[in-house]
Amino acid sequence: MRSHQAEGVRKTVTKTIFALMGMFAFAFALVPLYDVFCEVTGINGKVSTSAQQVLSNEVNRDRYVTVQFITRTSAGLPWRLGVETRQVQIHPGQMTEVDFTFSNRSQSASWGRAVPSVSPSTASAHVRKVSCFCFQEQRLDANENLTIPLVFQLDNTLPEDIATVTLVYTLYPLEESNERPIVARHMNNKNGEI
Amino acid sequence: MAPRIPLQSPLQHSDTVATAGGVDHHPSQPTGWRRWLLTTNHKEIGTLYLIFSLSMFFVGGIFALVVRAELFQPGLQLVEPEFFNQMTTMHGLIMVFAAVMPAFTGLANWMIPLQIGAPDMALPRLNNFSFWLLPVAFTLLLSTLLMPGGGPNFGWTFYAPLSTTYAPASTTFFILALHIAGISSILGAINIIATILNMRAPGMRLMDMPLFVWTWLITAFLLIAVMPVLAGVITMMLMDINFGTSFFDAGGGGDPVLFQHLFWFFGHPEVYIMILPAFGIVSAIIPTFARKPLFGYASMVYATAAIALLSFLVWAHHMFVVGLPLVAELFFMYSTMLIAVPTGVKVFNWVTTLFRGSISFESPMLFALAFVVLFTIGGFSGLMLAIAPADFQYHDTYFVVAHFHYVLVPGAIFAIMAGVYYWLPKWTGHYPNETLAKWHFWFSVIGVNLTFFPMHFAGLAGMPRRIPDYALQFADFNLVSSIGAFFFGASQLLFVLVIILCVRGGKPAPAKAWEGAVDLEWTVPSPAPLHTFETPPVFRQIEK
Amino acid sequence: MRLWWRPSVFTAGVMSSSVCFAQSWNMPVGVTNVSRDIYGLHMTIFWICVVIGVVVFGAMFYSLFRYRHSRGAKAADFHENTKVEILWTVIPVLILVGMAVPATATLKNMYDASDAELDVMVTGQQWRWRYEYLGEDVAFNSSLSTPRSQVTGDEGRGENYLLEVDEPLVLPINRKIRFLMTSDDVIHSWWVPDLAVKQDTIPGFVNENWVRINEPGIYRGQCAELCGIDHGFMPVVVQAMEEEAFDDWLAERKKAAEQEAQGVGREWAMDELMERGESVYASICASCHQPDGQGSPPAFPPLAGNQQLIDDLDWHLDKVINGVSGAAMPAFRNTLNPVEIAAVVTYTQNAWGNDTQEQVQPSSVAEQTDP
Repeated sequence: MRSHQAEGVRKTVTKTIFALMGMFAFAFALVPLYDVFCEVTGINGKVSTSAQQVLSNEVNRDRYVTVQFITRTSAGLPWRLGVETRQVQIHPGQMTEVDFTFSNRSQSASWGRAVPSVSPSTASAHVRKVSCFCFQEQRLDANENLTIPLVFQLDNTLPEDIATVTLVYTLYPLEESNERPIVARHMNNKNGEI
Repeated sequence: MAPRIPLQSPLQHSDTVATAGGVDHHPSQPTGWRRWLLTTNHKEIGTLYLIFSLSMFFVGGIFALVVRAELFQPGLQLVEPEFFNQMTTMHGLIMVFAAVMPAFTGLANWMIPLQIGAPDMALPRLNNFSFWLLPVAFTLLLSTLLMPGGGPNFGWTFYAPLSTTYAPASTTFFILALHIAGISSILGAINIIATILNMRAPGMRLMDMPLFVWTWLITAFLLIAVMPVLAGVITMMLMDINFGTSFFDAGGGGDPVLFQHLFWFFGHPEVYIMILPAFGIVSAIIPTFARKPLFGYASMVYATAAIALLSFLVWAHHMFVVGLPLVAELFFMYSTMLIAVPTGVKVFNWVTTLFRGSISFESPMLFALAFVVLFTIGGFSGLMLAIAPADFQYHDTYFVVAHFHYVLVPGAIFAIMAGVYYWLPKWTGHYPNETLAKWHFWFSVIGVNLTFFPMHFAGLAGMPRRIPDYALQFADFNLVSSIGAFFFGASQLLFVLVIILCVRGGKPAPAKAWEGAVDLEWTVPSPAPLHTFETPPVFRQIEK
Repeated sequence: MRLWWRPSVFTAGVMSSSVCFAQSWNMPVGVTNVSRDIYGLHMTIFWICVVIGVVVFGAMFYSLFRYRHSRGAKAADFHENTKVEILWTVIPVLILVGMAVPATATLKNMYDASDAELDVMVTGQQWRWRYEYLGEDVAFNSSLSTPRSQVTGDEGRGENYLLEVDEPLVLPINRKIRFLMTSDDVIHSWWVPDLAVKQDTIPGFVNENWVRINEPGIYRGQCAELCGIDHGFMPVVVQAMEEEAFDDWLAERKKAAEQEAQGVGREWAMDELMERGESVYASICASCHQPDGQGSPPAFPPLAGNQQLIDDLDWHLDKVINGVSGAAMPAFRNTLNPVEIAAVVTYTQNAWGNDTQEQVQPSSVAEQTDP
């Protein structure tokens, strides 16, 4: 190999190595990018996991939308998640509050988190949650019950062809967590005794 | 592509072992096994790649035959579903990563320096390292079959959470093996790019390069772009499994569908990594045996580049039923349909190259022609699969299995075989036994169609993929497929026989082994001496 | 006397299989408007491919025959023609556009799940389906009912081998039904070819799809996404009924569910629990833990002689009710009612020589499961 070739090879190799590192980083960058993309476009019914501002208080009285609530609990967590009503009829723009009750049916404390999903997925960009238990991890002591409201609104830009929106919450167990205190718990502790 | 010749006579620049320059570059050769372990010669490394690939082709083939034997008739006769799943997974992984990809890398090692007039690859020691990573990777991968809980059983696409939360304990080793194989591919790609861009014979412009070199250059760029993404996604899996992250676990705020996006962002270009070099081989063979220059050389290059670029925009057509929003479905449907255009251009070019040629039917040509026909059939089913609404019926059925086996077996693998028959005279100095090679060809063509054509019907009739047992209405198709698979598998022994016979002897081949061959490799003697083009040939295109 | 019948059996077999062949070597037309549209698209694109294939392969084989070296053909030297190359780029684009238009329309229609009259939640679980009629308090599991002996070949295979379930999904015809689809563990895919519905079920997320069936009948399909060992043994059966028959069926199911709920309150006798438990075990547990309770370690631990289970009833109950995170053991509170859980735990405690004499009452299970 002659020297001008060796020089060229060195340059090519350097460039490809940078490209490689860039693509490896890109793969990881896709994870947050995908979340942002999902929130913006509503792919998969992912919804924002932080509280949102109310955009406008203008209520469209001419239109009704049915909002269904479905709660599920995955394996490994001895909790129940109940909802006060299975569905509500609301107007776009109307602020709505629905109580969800978490109850731990075991003799020990545990951590869990409710993961939200919206169907149809195109509606998820239009569900504005002002307060939701799904923003935080929850800790329940043995036999504790905890009622937390979901406060949300469907914004006025909800596509016309959507007449039913389904909100599904699936409870997942979490490992022992040392994260920040649960704000929702202190704000809204309407802990009802049964 | 106009014919071109080097200015110097072949012997001048290839008969170099004793020349002054040769001694500097190549200190005393180790002998015996150390020669092969330590070799930095592109021809020897190419041979190693090809032998490795051929052995893995049989390993993966045996796994496929276990699958086909179980599916010979309804019911569970031979293996348990758990082992069946390991077999389908391993068959896919071995064929993709250990058979097809190393075969192309082997051909690249052998032929790219010869076709561009370079003395060796740009980075010979790296070349040695990238090869020896492969046996390590696949020994590790195959050893997972013996581990408690068994080997990978989640399909070669390893969708989370089946491959993370619900995976066997050996999955960490599977990830490690894939990492090593990926590094090998990446190093190979760097080497190929560096060689092609910097080591061409004086006077050879990019648009003078043979198409095999062109397609490999584009393939190598694809590898550089997507192998790191594969590395990223399996690293995320590793972290999900061992370090408590939740990239793909909904419970921790992750998303299983994200896995599929990342995987197919790698996976779809990967499909073209396995077919673009095949286009290059066929584009060399068809003009040779039609004794006529390739029609539309420039459009071939542009079509290859277009396919490579489009391959980054179509990944979600593998995910039409995961619940993508309508706009995404439409986008990926349109972009996927668009791929038919450059692919069609290629097929039309090959057919037009044949038109008004002077065609003879030696074994490399037979395989190349079968490639054109059968790959196109695979392309047709690909076009059908691109129609998103219809894909709701095709997805994850045997129709898909038929489709990708048509593009990979009579596609990629037939092209590799065509390339082997085409270049064997150059490698060994002997022509392969034409009679046996023709038997091999006809057995393979019959076997391939017998195996995979009925799968179209089984899939349309409703048979899902990756099931160890099936409903009775699929019995006829599966029976035929299984017979075809064993027939195809057995006829590959002929391939090995032809190669062994060819290495040991046969009709001697001249430097230019095929009458219509034009590229630089035909200017060096057959068999090609260990060191060629130590003095670069001056490349000149004949102007008309 | 034993050999002569074989050819006739063979002939009969070939005849019946060729009938089979004729019926099912293409995509079914199906029984919904969407499935008909899809079938139409499928056949259109198929014939387009056939025509292109005939032209291209025709030209190719003509050249191969006409310009053989052995016939003394002399090769021409042309190697490009811009006009032709533009032509064969533009024509495929036009064909594709022509194909994309109807495909887009069908896809838009498939994505419009609005104005459904009935919502059904479909949950995939290794390796069965669960159907919930939302707002109707009717829910049940649907598992493969083909006996193991047919799979192993110890018994002749029935007509609907591997495509039969203990309880099919019952749906009315002529009503728009919206499916909400999710999964408890890995990704499954719910597929019925005749309905042209195939949708992945993603754990933690909900997908939507819909169907309006035109004809009553029984439609069979399978899980289409590799979901573990028993992926091949996870059929879907849909029974489509006339609307009135469906309403009657639903009312009956509701009544049965209420009766079952009342059963929770009363005291159950040991033999009642054992009998019920045996049937629950056979339809739900046996696929993993095996009919003899031996399991198949390491994924599925044995239950027979399992010391932890024998020593600790509360632990046993907890695992059945709440499942095990990240393992194949689901939380059965989601899919079994308190009576079934009490019965199957009692059964497991006492079957295969475990003989703990422990029994669990549905009422005590209900305390842990009711919302």
